[in-house]
Amino acid sequence: MTEKVKIRIDGEVIAASAGQTILEVARANNKYIPALCYMEGLSAVGACRLCMVEVSGVGRLLPACTTPVQEGLAVATSSPQLQSYRKITLELLLVERNHVCAVCVSSGHCELQALAQDHGVTHVRYPYNYPRLTVDTTHPRYVLDHNRCVLCSRCVRTCAEIEGAHVWDIAGRGIRSRLVSELQRPWGEATTCTSCGKCVQACPTGAMAEKGWGVEEMTKKRAAVSRLTSMREGQ
Amino acid sequence: MKKIMIDHVTRIEGHARITIKLDDAGQVTDAQFHVTQIRGFEKFVEGRPYYEMPSITSRICGICPVSHELASSKACDAIMAVRIPDAAVKLRELLHCAQFVQSHALSFFHLSAPDLLLGMDSDPVKRNIVGLLEEHPDALRDGIALRKFGQQVIERLAKERIHPSWVVPGGVNVPLDPQAREKTLAEWPVAMAIVKRTLALWKRTLDGFPNEIESFSNFPTMYCGLVGPDGSLRLYDGNLRFVDPDGAIVADQVKPDDYATYIGEASLPDSYLKAPYYKPVGYPDGMYRVGPLARLNVADRCGTPEADAELEEYRGRLGRIVQSGFHYHYARLIEAMYALERMQELLDDPAILGTKVRAHADVNNLDGTGVIEAPRGTLIHHYKVDDNGAITWANLIVATGHNNLAISRGILQVAKRFVDGNRIQEGALNRVSAVIRAYDPCLSCSSHALGIVPMVLELRGPDGQLLDEVG
Repeated sequence: MTEKVKIRIDGEVIAASAGQTILEVARANNKYIPALCYMEGLSAVGACRLCMVEVSGVGRLLPACTTPVQEGLAVATSSPQLQSYRKITLELLLVERNHVCAVCVSSGHCELQALAQDHGVTHVRYPYNYPRLTVDTTHPRYVLDHNRCVLCSRCVRTCAEIEGAHVWDIAGRGIRSRLVSELQRPWGEATTCTSCGKCVQACPTGAMAEKGWGVEEMTKKRAAVSRLTSMREGQ
Repeated sequence: MKKIMIDHVTRIEGHARITIKLDDAGQVTDAQFHVTQIRGFEKFVEGRPYYEMPSITSRICGICPVSHELASSKACDAIMAVRIPDAAVKLRELLHCAQFVQSHALSFFHLSAPDLLLGMDSDPVKRNIVGLLEEHPDALRDGIALRKFGQQVIERLAKERIHPSWVVPGGVNVPLDPQAREKTLAEWPVAMAIVKRTLALWKRTLDGFPNEIESFSNFPTMYCGLVGPDGSLRLYDGNLRFVDPDGAIVADQVKPDDYATYIGEASLPDSYLKAPYYKPVGYPDGMYRVGPLARLNVADRCGTPEADAELEEYRGRLGRIVQSGFHYHYARLIEAMYALERMQELLDDPAILGTKVRAHADVNNLDGTGVIEAPRGTLIHHYKVDDNGAITWANLIVATGHNNLAISRGILQVAKRFVDGNRIQEGALNRVSAVIRAYDPCLSCSSHALGIVPMVLELRGPDGQLLDEVG
C-alpha cells in the first residue's frame, strides 16, 4: 500500500502519495505549474526549468517535475520571483534559436507560444542568437526543423520509452546541443525509425511536423501519446 | 552643397532614391532610380520545405500578401504536379479579385488622389488624405469604403486580411462558407457604385492634366501581361503575352514555365532592384512595362460587360495602345471594375461552394513556376527543390522589377520637363514622385500603410558633385 503524505501547495493542504512528484500532485489538484519538457506518460528529466518552484526550508529552487513529495512539504508555485524567472526562461528559449511564429506550421497550437502568451512575453530583452541551423527533410512523411527545437527531449523519450526504437538522442553540449537521429544519420536514412510519428505528436513546437502542412495547420495529438502509457499500465 | 529637408510623407511603398544628373548648362542629362533596400528572400528560403513558401513569401508585402501567396502556391502546385480542384481555382481567383479591389483602391485614393484631386502644385502640407478629407470628403469616403470591401472579402474567405494562411499548395484549406458568399453579394452593389462613380469623376478630371499626360512616362515600350486562350484579360490564370510598342503581338501564350526564354534580368550597379528585359530584344532596349496600363494594352478585351464598355471608351479616347504612364490611374479603375464583375460571376457560380478544395501530393517535379497578375503587374515565383522538397533555388520577379527601366526613364522624362537649372522646386519633386506613384511601385513590398518613407532626390552636376538634395 502506497504511503499517504500531506503537503501544502500555495498554502492549501493536499493529500498525495509518496513517490509522486510535486508536478503530478499539483496537476491532479488543478494547481498550475508551467512545464514544457514534461509530458504525461514519459519519464521526467527537468530540462526546461519552467516548473521551478520554491520549497520551504530549501535554499534553492527545485524542478516540480522531478522532485518527489514528502510529508510536510510546503510549495510556493507563483511568487513574483518565480514569475520573473519563468519569463526570463521563456525569453531565453525564444532567443536561442529561430522561432518565427508567423511562418510556423504550429502557430496557434504551439506550447512554447502559448506559454509565452500566458506569461506576458510581449518582447524579449536579450539579443537573438540567430544560429544557422538546418532542416532535415529526408524523412518521407515528417520534417525536423532545428530552428524550432527547444531540446525538451520529449521526442527522445517518446521514441525510447513508448515506441522502444530509440532513434533520437541529444548530441553535443550546452548551446551546441542538437537533436540527432541514429548517431547523426539523416532521419530518412535511420534504420530503426518505424515512421510511427509519435515523436512528431509529442513535440511541443513546430520543430517536428508532418510534411505538407502550411502555417497554423499542424495540430498534435499529444494526449494520444500519453494515453499509450496509461493503457499499458492497466494491462 | 546645400540640403533641403522636407519632412512629409511621399506616398510610395518602400525606400527609394533618385539621382538627376545635369550638364554644365544646368540641363537634365540623366536620371536614375535607386531602390536602396535588400530583402534577401531568394537566398534565405534555401533549405526550407517548399510548402512553407506561400507563407514565407507572402511576408514580402503587407499590401498584396495574397498575390505572393497565390503565385507561390501555383509554383508549389507545379512541384506537386497536381491540378487543383475546380472550387479551389475559383476561390483563389475570388480572393485575388478582392485583393485587386483593395489594392487598386489604396493606390488610387490613399496614395495618388491627393495629387490627382488636390493638384500637383497644391500645398504639400495639405497634399495628403487629411487634405483630401477637407476638399473631397465624398471621394475619400468612397476610397475607404472600397478598400474596406476588398479587405473584408479577403477576411471572410481567408480569416485574416493580412498574411492569411488559407491558400495552400494544392488549393485552399477551407471551403467557402455560404454565408460569406451571401454577405459579399449583398455588399457588392455598393462597391460597384463606388467604382462607377470614381470612373466618372476621373474621366471628368482627366483633361486637367495635359502636361502630366504628355510627360509622365509617355514613351513607347513593350508591354507584358497574362491573357486567356481567347486573348482576354486574366489576373489569376493565363499565359504571358508580349506586345511591341505598336501593339503587335511578339510572343503569345507563353507558358509560365517558359518565362526565362523571354525575360532576362540585368543587375544594376546602383540599385538593389534588378531590371528585367525582353530577352529576344536584349538589354536595355527590351524594356517593357507591366501593370494596369500594360494589361489593358496587351489584352484584346476584359471579358466582362461593364469593364469592356469602359475599355472601349478608354481606347476610343486614348488609342488602342496607351503609352502615357499617367493613364495607369485610368486603367487601374477599369481593372477594379473588372475585378468586381469577376467576383460576381464567381460567386454566382454554384460550383464555388464545392467542398473538395485541396489536393495532396508529394514532390513530383523538382522545378515549379507560378505566374499571376498582381495588382502592380506580372508576378513570377520560380522554385527548384531537392528530392525531399527542400528549396535549393528561388527566383522571384515582382511587378515593380519589370517596370524598373521604364520608371527610370519616366523620371528622366518628367525631370527634363520640370526640373529647371540647378535648383529643385517643390513641384518638380512632387511630379517626380507622382510619376513613380502612377506605377504604384511596391519597393519594399512590405509596408501596408501610408509609406512614411523619405524619398531622397539628388541633383548632381556633370562632375558628380551634389548640387541639391531634397528628402
